[in-house]
Amino acid sequence: MPNNPFTQAGSSSTITRPPSGAERTGDTVFRGIAYACAGLIVLLVIAILWQLGREAAPAMAEHGLGFWYGTTWDVNKEQFGVLPEIWGTLYSSLLALLLGGIFGIAIAIFLTQDFIHHRLAVVFRTIVELLAAIPSVVYGLWGIYVLIPLIRPAADWLHEQLGWFPLFGTSMSGPGLAPAALVLAIMILPTVAAISVDAFRRIPYKVKEAAYGMGTTKWEAILKVMLPTASSGILAALVLGFGRALGETMALAMLIGNANQISWSLFAPANTLASLLASNFPEAGAVEVQALMYAALVLLLITFIVNVVGLAVQQYTMRKFEGKQ
Amino acid sequence: MQMLLSVGRTAIAVAVLALLGACSGDQMEAERHGGRLTIRGAGATFPKPLYEKWIGIYGERESDVVFEYAGVGSGNGIKFFLAGKDASGEVFEGAPIHFGASDAAMSDAEIAVANQRDGALLVPTTGGMVVLAYNLPGVIGLRLSREAVIGIFSGKIKTWNDTRIAASNPDLELPKKTMSPVVRLDSSGTTFIFTSHLAAVSPDWREGPGAGKRIDWPGNAMQVNYNSGVAQRIKLSEGAIGYTEYEFAERLGLPVAVLENRAGNFVRPAPAAGTAALQSAPEVPDDLRVFVSDPPGADAYPIVTYTWLLLRKRYDNPEERDALKRAVLWGLTEGQPIAAEMGYLPLPDEMIDLAKAKVELID
Repeated sequence: MPNNPFTQAGSSSTITRPPSGAERTGDTVFRGIAYACAGLIVLLVIAILWQLGREAAPAMAEHGLGFWYGTTWDVNKEQFGVLPEIWGTLYSSLLALLLGGIFGIAIAIFLTQDFIHHRLAVVFRTIVELLAAIPSVVYGLWGIYVLIPLIRPAADWLHEQLGWFPLFGTSMSGPGLAPAALVLAIMILPTVAAISVDAFRRIPYKVKEAAYGMGTTKWEAILKVMLPTASSGILAALVLGFGRALGETMALAMLIGNANQISWSLFAPANTLASLLASNFPEAGAVEVQALMYAALVLLLITFIVNVVGLAVQQYTMRKFEGKQ
Repeated sequence: MQMLLSVGRTAIAVAVLALLGACSGDQMEAERHGGRLTIRGAGATFPKPLYEKWIGIYGERESDVVFEYAGVGSGNGIKFFLAGKDASGEVFEGAPIHFGASDAAMSDAEIAVANQRDGALLVPTTGGMVVLAYNLPGVIGLRLSREAVIGIFSGKIKTWNDTRIAASNPDLELPKKTMSPVVRLDSSGTTFIFTSHLAAVSPDWREGPGAGKRIDWPGNAMQVNYNSGVAQRIKLSEGAIGYTEYEFAERLGLPVAVLENRAGNFVRPAPAAGTAALQSAPEVPDDLRVFVSDPPGADAYPIVTYTWLLLRKRYDNPEERDALKRAVLWGLTEGQPIAAEMGYLPLPDEMIDLAKAKVELID
């Protein structure tokens, strides 16, 4: 039966044929490697958690939940609490997210919504992404020697004029929340901007055409059509940026001031969990190391919660604005 | 920052070693061939510039012995001295350490540990002052009463124009800036000296935070590592005040506060006032562990200290023992004017005699 399509497919004269043995093997091996790599990552996370948990176990048994709301870090009396550090971590990261988020999304809109020639946009984008390549110790030094003197006059003015307002309740001495949050904002800017740009780029061109076809102005199209459509990607960018801000260590250890207090003031020195870990580890004795391990676990948990909440919000917006399930 | 600093510290130690090597490349060569004796010490950072100067000058005279000193802080100095080396192998690559150095001497418990092996002798080598350096543009010659110092470092004084500060500074116009105390984060002899003074001055302080190499500071205090770190943080921060050894404030040109002493006089930190404080120390105990927490003299600067070398009572190698004894005796006699030149407080004469007698005890 010369016209039987099945025998024809099986013959070597055509380009369609079932996979050969070697191809099958290659496929299986690749799949195996992919599974192994994925499994390895999960194992690594479990191993880190297990190790941290094991080293922190004595401190967890000793201090329990009090560790979360305690405010002293006294090595001599072996009293440990990280509430000021949790406060500082969240406060500085949220401020950074607010500033970095607004700027990052604005940059993404500027680069993708036909404000400049697309060649120029590529140049701009590369420059923004270069910010991510600067080592954090350089950010720290820049913050100390450039940023702090730069914002000091504004901070002094705000404190003198609006000192009754809790956010400006103390005068700025030097290292503190404001410089730390500003530097953090710059550090998360490339992450937020790059991922938001990709989110805008992924929107099919016909969506914008349809919007214009409905008679929208440029800004109506951007704010009411493009932004909601890209919202899940932008949220992912914000979650990633926030995660980076929570864990940033070196620049913050240099800029936050290392003072274990809870203050609303933007100009007061504070402390973060990551900075506490970095500054206390080298000198720590056995008991303090256990407490530091517990603090590391707290930081890990906060980051985890932030990511889960971020993911949930992202799913919600995807359903609401993009009609995807 | 800490990581940076500890890298920096290692780098300094390496640089010092390299410098020693560079001064005498052939000496290092000879040492590698086992021809020269090397004596190593580690400990307090405060006398480190002095010890290095001594090593440089004395090394020229006695060229068949190499001395090395690593500034690792008083806490680590005691630890390494008790262990006989740096167990982690970072300092001197774990080579034996023959002497330690500490601004806080040694506690009874630590001496008890040392007595299980070769014992410990504490030999004071020089004295120093802890100053309160501050950064307050336009304010020079700040005077602080004892009450004000306690108030600042317990976090009770929140702003610079507090009445407790203004009371002793009628001529100064104090701004309404926020008070930012700067303190040491690491285990520090300087913290021990300063908090011992505060505990001697105020019963509340004695009952509360107490005296120690590391204590629980109030929340508004910025915690920084090392003397140099404290001085630098003060320089960066307007409205900051912190305690540091005299030279570190001097080096960065920071203004220092004039402090009220036990007699009620306000005394500027100066070598004469420091020496007066050391001399007004009460009776010197037999082990030479004398802490001048609150000197009574009328002209005495209130926060002074001795700094000690930690030596063993017995050294197995007679060559090492004799070389070390000769060097320490040299430091106690000819080394004293050098200390004075560098801004340290030379030992009172009677203390030199007592210290020499201690060194002679080494067997």
